[in-house]
Amino acid sequence: MKTAYTNARIMDPATGYDAAGTLVVSDNIIEAYGADVDTSGCTESIDCGGRVLCPGFIDMRAHAVDAASALAGGITTIILQPDQTTTIDTDAVVERIRHRSVDSQIVSVYPMGAATQGMNGKQIAEIGQMQQSGAVGFTDCNHAVADAQVMRRLLEYAGHFDALIVQYAENAELGAGAIAHEGEIATRLGLTSAPAAAEAMQIDRDSRLAELTGARLHFALISSKDGVVAVRAAKARGIRVTCSTAPHYLHLNDNAVEGYRTFAKVRPPLRSEEDRLALIEAVANGTIDTLVSDHAPKSVDVKRLPFAQAASGIVGFETLLALSLAPVHSGKIDLMTMLKALTINPAKLLGLPTGTLAVGSFADFVIFDPDKPWRIDADTLISSAKNTPFDTLPVQGQVWRTVADGVSVFERV
Amino acid sequence: MNTHSTDQSSYPRADVDPPSGKLFPHKHLLGIWGLDPTAIKHLLDVADGYVDLNRKPVKSAPSCAGLTQINLFFENSTRTLMSFEIAGKRLGLDTISMATGNSSIKKGETMLDTAATLNAMHPDVLVMRHGDSGAVKLLAEKMDCAVINAGDGRSEHPTQALLDALTIRRRKGKINGQTIVISGDVAHSRVARSNIYLLNAMGARVRLVAPPTLLPADVGELGVEVFHHMEDGLKGADVVMMLRLQSERMNGAFLPSLREYYHFWGLTREKLKAAKDDVLVMHPGPMNRGVEIASDVADDLDRSAIEEQVEMGVAVRMACIDILTRDLRSGAGS
Repeated sequence: MKTAYTNARIMDPATGYDAAGTLVVSDNIIEAYGADVDTSGCTESIDCGGRVLCPGFIDMRAHAVDAASALAGGITTIILQPDQTTTIDTDAVVERIRHRSVDSQIVSVYPMGAATQGMNGKQIAEIGQMQQSGAVGFTDCNHAVADAQVMRRLLEYAGHFDALIVQYAENAELGAGAIAHEGEIATRLGLTSAPAAAEAMQIDRDSRLAELTGARLHFALISSKDGVVAVRAAKARGIRVTCSTAPHYLHLNDNAVEGYRTFAKVRPPLRSEEDRLALIEAVANGTIDTLVSDHAPKSVDVKRLPFAQAASGIVGFETLLALSLAPVHSGKIDLMTMLKALTINPAKLLGLPTGTLAVGSFADFVIFDPDKPWRIDADTLISSAKNTPFDTLPVQGQVWRTVADGVSVFERV
Repeated sequence: MNTHSTDQSSYPRADVDPPSGKLFPHKHLLGIWGLDPTAIKHLLDVADGYVDLNRKPVKSAPSCAGLTQINLFFENSTRTLMSFEIAGKRLGLDTISMATGNSSIKKGETMLDTAATLNAMHPDVLVMRHGDSGAVKLLAEKMDCAVINAGDGRSEHPTQALLDALTIRRRKGKINGQTIVISGDVAHSRVARSNIYLLNAMGARVRLVAPPTLLPADVGELGVEVFHHMEDGLKGADVVMMLRLQSERMNGAFLPSLREYYHFWGLTREKLKAAKDDVLVMHPGPMNRGVEIASDVADDLDRSAIEEQVEMGVAVRMACIDILTRDLRSGAGS
């Protein structure tokens, strides 16, 4: 079966290709794309109406699978974090998740394994066997591996398997108990806080260890200007470090927690306006490699608590594209750079065969209208929970269709 | 004069009540932040009337008879709880105190369920203290009655700031223009925060004096002058408010030792010489004598207002309960 997606603005961040044309899918494989492609033999033709067609998004950091929500957000590959009910720290758990994913055949789920056993920060987890079973990276999620000796050995050991280690960039001692960014707002609200220096210190230390061991190291969720400066310095020295951030850090500063709004409680915490602007610049100039949703559905029961007791996290799948497009619309990031951070960059880091429209690759792609205005409405989110601080926010850019493995799995009516 | 009076007419309310409109247009008292000077002045004016009442042998002014007051304390307290209970009783409310020490939370009930349960019992005033910043505000969203914050985490303790303000106003005649030093563990103090907001709103010059480890980040942004040297901060001060140093901060992490703290930041007669001769010394209690304050300073009858603060506390809390239930009693509330 062959399908032609006509009248599309085809953008492949893997090659920088950006032109109007048609893309032809044969079964589940991209057969051809371009301005003049042979559409004979196509049983179906879909007019994309000039919308952007690009590889399906790869979300490098999700805490739940929430497949329907992901597809509505244009995400065709989810990297599941190890902080599940059963911690992903053995090959058996990795395999179970991979099998479940293959069975469902909708959204591709790749787990990350824990970097240390039970994410305890002490003993190195079975990285080699988990990798053989399909784990694409190793992280202790929202815990930084605090002990420098453990971190060093972890990187040395992972280097042998060329496995990617993902570190939560926060100095454990400075960050202990912190639930807010250190500054005027945390002071006034009386919330325990940590300075941005806690993030930069962890990056500085671990960059040294990455240099020492030659291993690949990725910093999850950079949230501060100091963090960006630290990553940029490490990259300039030729160390194999990369980093990510989430669109909520590009959108909100710590004003969002005024009135103890727990829906804006995230880890690391939302920081100052200066930090926010520095993060946008860092995505634009490539210092920040990938954009992730950090999708974390939390029920009202664990959010409607005093700020210190409330759960951290927001649902991010369905707002990932629109929020990422905001700095594109304001002219601060170009569209291709932004799409790279959502597709080919994570694919390369994780060694995945997706994130490109290259002929012969799997037909995982998204068609979206970059300009369409809409209003985020928490109640209409498909996600299993509605914990978003962006309820009622007017945004631009919406997914029209998501195609996974050649099948149209999400269509907006 | 000392006959039993059952109405409010025995003291001149007309002087303090507005002829129309509301000087305190809020349903709850959750904090000082956001209150305008008119509202604060109104609370203090009403409290002033209750100070006079409280000095009479018969202290009952049961204008709120028939109303129910629940004191819900998730954090241990003796002084504040007693003060609210006496305030409620003198106004004629039926007061019930629950010092749960988190007991219902331990049973697995969430705070909002506790709120719903209490709300169903139709209290008219809920006084609440909780160990988490913002907890009282969260609970107030679920309550139909007036909620008074009796201290939440490190956030606010509004009635303490009001009683401090009343003490200053009665002793000094005004708050505007006074140089007021707040000294001690500002970082962990809700009393300091509420006082900073209130004193700023009323036009005082607020100084903080503390070692850097006991000052929160960017505290200068709150409109205060920050000093680390006690003598510098005390220079020309009209009022010194000392804060209690919690025992868990005393050793190691925040301060090297009590001895060193007292040496540099303990309020002694010697250090107090830098302040004005008629400086007023205050402390929210309970005091650590020989830690943040020397006994001879605390007991100095001319300068210390520490016992007076406790007295003002009852009057201020009566004023808060009175003002927050006025609509209810006039039939305008629900």
